[in-house]
Amino acid sequence: MLIDTVLFYIFALLVLGGGLLTITRRNAVHSAISLIVSLLGVAGLYLLQQAEFLFAVQIVLYVGGIMVLFLFVIMLVNLDEAAKERQFNRQWLVALVAVAVVGAQLAWFIYKGKDAFRFAENAAAALPEAVGNTEQVADSLFREYLLPFEIASLLLLVAVVGSVVMAKKRI
Amino acid sequence: MHPIGTVHYLALSTALLLIGTVGVLTRRNIVIILMSIELILNAVNINLIVFSRALHSVSGQVFAIFVITDAVAEAAVGLGILIALFRNKETVLADEIDLLKW
Repeated sequence: MLIDTVLFYIFALLVLGGGLLTITRRNAVHSAISLIVSLLGVAGLYLLQQAEFLFAVQIVLYVGGIMVLFLFVIMLVNLDEAAKERQFNRQWLVALVAVAVVGAQLAWFIYKGKDAFRFAENAAAALPEAVGNTEQVADSLFREYLLPFEIASLLLLVAVVGSVVMAKKRI
Repeated sequence: MHPIGTVHYLALSTALLLIGTVGVLTRRNIVIILMSIELILNAVNINLIVFSRALHSVSGQVFAIFVITDAVAEAAVGLGILIALFRNKETVLADEIDLLKW
């Protein structure tokens, strides 16, 4: 029980620290590295929540796929001039106030409802599962959610064609 | 000390969502705006996974997979737009792209 608590706070520190560094760094490569730290922290939280398949997906797809794409584009696009200029736009004060209002609302909501979230926590520790997590996800994905799965593959096809068309010099 | 429960994860994901929103609203560099969107989507995913565990239902994890798929598509198209934009306008700062303003 104690090790769970310690691991949660370590991963939470990685997630929030990485996120804060991501949005404050001047150099885009430093931002990308901080985002990788944050995404790895999220992967650790998935493991704590016994979602082993998503832990693997998070590392392979996010850290291995999307972040490499980001770094590739950062190298491709010349960001040196952008790093020398102002990093925040003129509406930053208004934006911070708006986000603070939304954050206060959400914090109040969670504080008022914190007892309502205890509904399943006694049962969560019990019940050893007969089949593995990956098998459960696959069962659900290919039976109940087969049509959304196919639509998602169509979405990826459209995204591939769209990004090729967008990045091509002459069509 | 309280054991870590659903509420702790919800508070963490709320904080991550707010950090991502601040990044989207205040930064000028488009690459970092796209990274902030990834932070927001990860906050959503944390919520989905935690409720999937609390409700003993694997549907939340399947939805998280769909959210990751959308994040991939969004990143690919967004970075494609960014490359086309940089080729035409020579800038990656969001408030210098004001063709539709007068």
